[in-house]
Amino acid sequence: MKYMLLIYSDEKGWTDAERERCYAESTQLTQELHERGQFVAASPLHPVATATSVRVRHGNPMVTDGPFAETHEQLGGYFIVEARDLNEAIAIATRVPAARKGTVEVRPVMQIPGLPQTS
Amino acid sequence: MADSSPQSVRQTVESLYTSQSRRVLATLIRVLGDFDLAEEALSDAFAAALAQWPREGVPANPRAWLVSAGRFKAIDALRRRARFDASLTSLAERLDTESAPREAVAVEDDQLRLIFTCCHPSLSPEAQIAMTLREVCGLTTEQIAAAFLTSPPTIAQRIVRAKAKIREANIPYEVPEREHLGERLASVLRVTYLVFNEGYSASSGDHVTRADLSGEAIRLQRLLVDLLPESEAVGLLALMLLQESRREARSTPDGDLILLEDQDRSRWRRDLIDEGAALVERALATRRVGPYTLQAAIAAVHAQATTPDKTDWAQIVGLYDLLGQVEPSPIVALNRAVAVAMRDGPAAGLTLIDELLADGKLAEYHLAHAARADLCRRLGRTDQARASYQRALDLTQQEPERRFLARRLRELG
Repeated sequence: MKYMLLIYSDEKGWTDAERERCYAESTQLTQELHERGQFVAASPLHPVATATSVRVRHGNPMVTDGPFAETHEQLGGYFIVEARDLNEAIAIATRVPAARKGTVEVRPVMQIPGLPQTS
Repeated sequence: MADSSPQSVRQTVESLYTSQSRRVLATLIRVLGDFDLAEEALSDAFAAALAQWPREGVPANPRAWLVSAGRFKAIDALRRRARFDASLTSLAERLDTESAPREAVAVEDDQLRLIFTCCHPSLSPEAQIAMTLREVCGLTTEQIAAAFLTSPPTIAQRIVRAKAKIREANIPYEVPEREHLGERLASVLRVTYLVFNEGYSASSGDHVTRADLSGEAIRLQRLLVDLLPESEAVGLLALMLLQESRREARSTPDGDLILLEDQDRSRWRRDLIDEGAALVERALATRRVGPYTLQAAIAAVHAQATTPDKTDWAQIVGLYDLLGQVEPSPIVALNRAVAVAMRDGPAAGLTLIDELLADGKLAEYHLAHAARADLCRRLGRTDQARASYQRALDLTQQEPERRFLARRLRELG
């Protein structure tokens, strides 16, 4: 079963050195997961300042900047992993380097029919 | 069992329901992989027993019979529903072709699996409590709602949501591996202690119901100790028994609080004290001493003093020192200060409490001001005592505590 690990943290709270180390350690973790057949996808995201919000209302697209709410923690990256059950997904989440600074939200990925098979 | 008259079989089934239904349910959840399916199967299995046993006699191993009957009933039910929902066909097939569950597959562990699943930290604390009382203890949603002063639909909804999360997030039905056992057990113990305290702090609601809740927590904790005799599980059982031993002595018939030093110690339950003290020894002997064990050890020292002035305050201060190391908290520091006051005199305790209050963390905690007031009173500093009792009174909403503090204020004159 697939789980998405959503990484939230205060994006202004990272030094460049911390960020580089986090990328290196996260990359290492993805390699380990890949060797065990548990890796689906992972990436850091550019800061929320680069975000665009898109809504369609009454058929009209509305494109605005940024996220809506002022929050302390922003979505900064994600993993999608293959895990036997929630406990295994939690065990992977505890190894995500950003968990030491921010919060990793573990969400089961819903399986719906009709999606293209990519892996 | 020779007597198989319908009357006697009915009694046998009823007593089996009381003693075994939660164990049968725990195994059925593992075998069927679904809470709701298992609950249906459980009632079907007991109905089958009532129908068949008067004819066929009570089987040699009733529990295994009930599990097996429940499993077949669930497969039948799935087959019937599969006519409308094809996805159930494969589940019914899989359950049918899997070899019948062997009793040897650590059936005792099923109850532990159930406990750890109901107390999984990814469920909210309220959901953990509701699930544990419903699934492990077998309380009805009405009973749980009455005990927690809420409505049955609220509890029912909590349980429905928790089961949905268990299914959708795929929370496994398993006892955690050794590596995670400590933190996961802590989560279970938090639930049983919360249930106990809900019944013990009879500050509101119906007294009888709430005492039952403490009894339920003690039964659950005994089961946990039987299944998993970890030192903190033993320590928490000891703590519950030692607190329970004082239930009758700690308030007046009107519900007013009676302080430990003023309680009629002849009303303390010796049987619970002896059992609790023995459990403290057992937990201490493991040499992995945690906060529940240390709190139980402190309660045991109090319980073993026949009069208040025979209390071994030096030992209590020592235990609070350990507790402060294992689990530092301002409340532990406050209790330690009170114990120091008893050992070394009120002035020594007052110095410590004033330091704690100056630190700010306890500034809004009524018992810190009440303790300060008490020490000032003993030192003859009436004005300071009055001010601190008044501050404590302003900070608490609990009626019995308010009456107690108001009485103390009056006694100052």
